[in-house]
Amino acid sequence: MPEIRVTPLGAGQDVGRSCILVSIAGKNVMLDCGMHMGFSDDRRFPDFSYITRNGRLTDFLDCVIISHFHLDHCGALPYFSEMVGYDGPIYMTHPTQAICPILLEDYRKIAVDKKGEANFFTSQMIKDCMKKVVAVHLHQTVQVDDELEIKAYYAGHVLGAAMFQIKVGSESVVYTGDYNMTPDRHLGAAWIDKCRPNLLITESTYATTIRDSKRCRERDFLKKVHEAVERGGKVLIPVFALGRAQELCILLETFWERMNLKAPIYFSTGLTEKANHYYKLFITWTNQKIRKTFVQRNMFEFKHIKAFDRAFADNPGPMVVFATPGMLHAGQSLQIFRKWAGNEKNMVIMPGYCVQGTVGHKILSGQRKLEMEGRQVLEVKMQVEYMSFSAHADAKGIMQLVGQAEPESVLLVHGEAKKMEFLKQKIEQELRVSCYMPANGETVTLPTSPSIPVGVSLGLLKREMAQGLLPDAKKPRLLHGTLIMKDSALKELGLAEHQLRFTCRVHLHDPRKEQETALRVYSHLKSVLKDHCVQHLPDGSVTVESILIQAAAHSEDPGTKVLLVSWTYQDEELGSYLTSLLKKGLPQASS
Amino acid sequence: MMALPYITEHTGFTGTVYATEPTVQIGRLLMEELVNFIERVPKAQSASLWKNKDIQRLLPSPLKDAVEVSTWRRCYTMQEVNSALSKIQLVGYSQKIELFGAVQVTPLSSGYALGSSNWIIQSHYEKVSYVSGSSLLTTHPQPMDQASLKNSDVLILTGLTQIPTANPDGMVGEFCSNLALTVRNGGNVLVPCYPSGVIYDLLECLYQYIDSAGLSNIPFYFISPVANSSLEFSQIFAEWLCHNKQTKVYLPEPPFPHAELIQTNKLKHYPSLHGDFSSDFRQPCVVFTGHPSLRFGDVVHFMELWGKSSLNTVIFTEPDFSYLEALAPYQPLAMKCIYCPIDTRLNFIQVSKLLKEVQPLHVVCPEQYTQPPPAQSHRMDLMIDCQPPAMSYRRAEVLALPFKRRYEKIEIMPELADALVPMEIKPGISLATVSAVLHTKDNKHVLQPPPRPAQPSGGKKRKRASEDIPDCKVLKPLLSGSIPVEQFVQTLEKHGFSDIKVEDTAKGHIVLLQEAETLIQIEEDSTHIICDNDEMLRVRLRDLVLKFLQKF
Repeated sequence: MPEIRVTPLGAGQDVGRSCILVSIAGKNVMLDCGMHMGFSDDRRFPDFSYITRNGRLTDFLDCVIISHFHLDHCGALPYFSEMVGYDGPIYMTHPTQAICPILLEDYRKIAVDKKGEANFFTSQMIKDCMKKVVAVHLHQTVQVDDELEIKAYYAGHVLGAAMFQIKVGSESVVYTGDYNMTPDRHLGAAWIDKCRPNLLITESTYATTIRDSKRCRERDFLKKVHEAVERGGKVLIPVFALGRAQELCILLETFWERMNLKAPIYFSTGLTEKANHYYKLFITWTNQKIRKTFVQRNMFEFKHIKAFDRAFADNPGPMVVFATPGMLHAGQSLQIFRKWAGNEKNMVIMPGYCVQGTVGHKILSGQRKLEMEGRQVLEVKMQVEYMSFSAHADAKGIMQLVGQAEPESVLLVHGEAKKMEFLKQKIEQELRVSCYMPANGETVTLPTSPSIPVGVSLGLLKREMAQGLLPDAKKPRLLHGTLIMKDSALKELGLAEHQLRFTCRVHLHDPRKEQETALRVYSHLKSVLKDHCVQHLPDGSVTVESILIQAAAHSEDPGTKVLLVSWTYQDEELGSYLTSLLKKGLPQASS
Repeated sequence: MMALPYITEHTGFTGTVYATEPTVQIGRLLMEELVNFIERVPKAQSASLWKNKDIQRLLPSPLKDAVEVSTWRRCYTMQEVNSALSKIQLVGYSQKIELFGAVQVTPLSSGYALGSSNWIIQSHYEKVSYVSGSSLLTTHPQPMDQASLKNSDVLILTGLTQIPTANPDGMVGEFCSNLALTVRNGGNVLVPCYPSGVIYDLLECLYQYIDSAGLSNIPFYFISPVANSSLEFSQIFAEWLCHNKQTKVYLPEPPFPHAELIQTNKLKHYPSLHGDFSSDFRQPCVVFTGHPSLRFGDVVHFMELWGKSSLNTVIFTEPDFSYLEALAPYQPLAMKCIYCPIDTRLNFIQVSKLLKEVQPLHVVCPEQYTQPPPAQSHRMDLMIDCQPPAMSYRRAEVLALPFKRRYEKIEIMPELADALVPMEIKPGISLATVSAVLHTKDNKHVLQPPPRPAQPSGGKKRKRASEDIPDCKVLKPLLSGSIPVEQFVQTLEKHGFSDIKVEDTAKGHIVLLQEAETLIQIEEDSTHIICDNDEMLRVRLRDLVLKFLQKF
């Protein structure tokens, strides 16, 4: 029995190091290759040794697909391809291909230069890894080999985020990556057609949340920032360089302009500035409104937002700083946080999800005394706010996408086990679709029943369809044919079909004209054979299914009519029945 | 694309139009410019009586020679353009678009302009390629996708280069040197052009050329109502550009160097020559503006302004219009005229290379391409040469394509497939007869297992009826083979039939059993038994016939 097998190597009942193995119709595909932000030991990368005990990855995997440039989806890629060793194709969208190496390099710098880790991938490895990348367009059908094809759909999570359909013959799997079902200030909403995959693998970060309207959240955010700035506080917004940062920048930029505020807004690194440039060049990936107005005014050219210098952090007076990374686990955002944490006037706004183990996760869960490196204890007096600006679909959005794609079953990844459990029930009850949530290393096996495509002669098909014109669900017709399991015609075999036909003469005593006889035969058969298709044709003949009955005058005896009943061997029973029926004569007409 | 509003707005067309995103955006700009140019010079009244054939005959040339004047139309409005564009559905290269489940349509990169496409129309067993306006040269767009055109049953080929004798690279060189010469002598250069397309390449060449030629101080002006949009749009279609330009975007840098020309104020763009342009305007300079026909648009003013001085030069680069005709109303002209048409579309050498590579079974193309151009009738190389010879078509001609549809794809449900019993007929070839119910939905055919015969149920009457009337769904095997007449007759005789007469017919034989008034027609692939209503006899004959045939 054919089957689809799915094994998460990461992101199974967890958020972080997304990496899912899919085997479909003999093809093996790896979806995403991420790192885990919460660990800095072996656990940060997926366990690739699971894929093949011994033997090369390239021989086993047909392709690797990266859904978007977030490190928890692509962070392990250079490690995987250069250090473990994989030379096959890696598919991603153009913006992902452009931005991914920059983030990887950034990540590498933090890990190697700041933390001094050895045995990490090098800059050259990132470059070599990116050479294996094949860029795809949205909706382009990419033929990986003769049988395996993949297709990208818009996911809206960050610039260039995509969902992927993986298809072999009539079997298919859709992997959503991270996606967002509500358009925001800079990106559009995810969309997929009714592709009816066998399996939909969806993220479930916000499996239990149903977020209030975006407008409210935006107003809330602006209010909090405004208040903090008014009382002379400093606001830290830890963000990832691309994505949320741009949305919040657009938001603050327009707010500052409207309210005529003077407090400075800064970007933490040069990266974000560069990031804005990417948004300008890949504007076709943003939402409708930005695309329409970009000629007059490019939304990503900010007037109020300036580059940040480390020295600014000690400047007196209010300010707003966007700093990377978003989970306060390393880098500049953590530095600034340590500087500002002691002052209750200041505020930190966490605009996105934080993985367990990060400083961001700790302060959000209410911890106020943090143990830092070197046994230092940092007391957090500053205000801590959380705003869900993360561009993940909420429960409603996930249900909506499942409804759009109409999969046979759903598999949840990229979420916490408890929340998944809730969503699993919801999906099974409301949509009546079976739902799975494997843990890392656990395999889900789905039997599939692919139909078998064959060629059918057009003549046979047309003949069949012409007869089937009367739509009658209760009485399906049978189609007879010969299946040849090799590419050669019946004639080549010397096996031309032989038609055996019978025609019987039935003598009837009936002095009336042939047409009338035929009519009588027609009405008689019609009354007897209620379950059959009896027709009176314009040329005077009568048909019962495919059996033809014609009336003719007898050559010698004008009082006798000859009924010619003609049928093929395939209809023998009915034909023979008809002749015996007609032989009994027609019922006397009530004339 | 430019005539799209005429189809979508005036013919009752209700379908969907498919196009790539750059095609739509840049097409909109081209139409917007055209509408803007036309609407600048509104006509209070228009004459149409001259279109009457009898009157037209008497008019002076070229009116006299114009063809199909009755089909001439007024230019559409912006409203119609917007309405037409709203009917377009955006598609990407290599996207497979299902049409009613019957055919699949796929756009492929044609390498000629941003987003320009060739199309594949295919069913499961047939493939037609439409190749139009393609280029094998490396300019700014993504290179032409040739591999996907392979295995075509029919390849429709059109939109070849208008100037098969000119080499685009040489023309660009000539363009640059003439431009430099004129400017150095203190003259102005006028380049009539469209607001998108070749102009991007020209600006790129000039970007590399101006410093070495010492032209850094010469201003370049690009005047068009859509100049700004065109320059901006060209920068955002990274995915539709050639590899070099894509790599630039990854850095991230703008893919086209005209961004830098604008930043350094070497290139300025204006919506029209009124307004800011008149105050910024400095001579000598280079002006790019439309319309290349020289009949309308800002170019007309520059022709009037600069036409009288022999220092100035007009350089024609667009191949769509004959430059002599374009210039005719401005004669006598003192200004220099240079003709360097740049047309990167396929020439005939490239066509034969392409056909060799792609190897379609048949080629279909407009009539003009099957013979040398009338002006150069000796140039036998300026026509399409392929085997079998290309089929040609003319305006409004319906062409029957030379292939026959024989097969259609059908799916067999796994339950049914399980029930099939293949027999090996010859080594490697197996046969299985299939009896199934055909389900057709959205032009997709599926074979489902036949329903189980219904159990007779209900009262006695019902039961009897179902016994009486045979179930026509009882499956009979298919027959195959043919009947050797002599042996058949011998067998008949063995079984007690006498008085057998055999007649030859055109296709086979007729065996007459005179006594039983029975006639058996035997042909290569069929047998027809015609007898009296004698069931016993019929069954006997049937069994004899079946002995000679193979059953499946």
